[in-house]
Amino acid sequence: MYLGKVIGRVVSSAKNEALEGRKLLLVRRTGDGRTVVAVDAVGAGAGETVYVCRGREASFPFSPAPVPTDATIVAIVDNINDYR
Amino acid sequence: MQLARVIGTVVATRKDPRLEGKKLLVCRPVNPQGEDLEGYVVAVDTVSAGFREKVLVVQGSSARMASGCQDTPVDAAIVGIVDDVSTD
Repeated sequence: MYLGKVIGRVVSSAKNEALEGRKLLLVRRTGDGRTVVAVDAVGAGAGETVYVCRGREASFPFSPAPVPTDATIVAIVDNINDYR
Repeated sequence: MQLARVIGTVVATRKDPRLEGKKLLVCRPVNPQGEDLEGYVVAVDTVSAGFREKVLVVQGSSARMASGCQDTPVDAAIVGIVDDVSTD
């Protein structure tokens, strides 16, 4: 899991039927700056810092529906406390 | 999921029976602006994507959750054709 920032959205009309009705957001990973497309499970919006789950577990928030995603926004971050 | 562009096809005659009838496409990752990135992935097409189209590729065991890919030996699938990417 990692943190990222929502930087945009992706529109796709021809998609796998298991993805119907899911919101696709563009997320920039905090750290390496890579961009991933994540399915939104919590109603995140532009500019928000989010918590992203990756891998097979990314489809669990939609269970029992089988959603083919390897990156899902599972939380919106309010604040981060860094005690270093 | 990764944004990618279809750059080629793969033909395989001898393959796992569960891969029969599946279209294999070579995809190159791209950034939101559409510029090419490093590397490539061969993905099973589930949305009838075409040459040079911008697509969404899901990788890992999640790829098997796409309709038509259940219980198949697949770890990369094209699950969407991208109409538009908007950045804020």
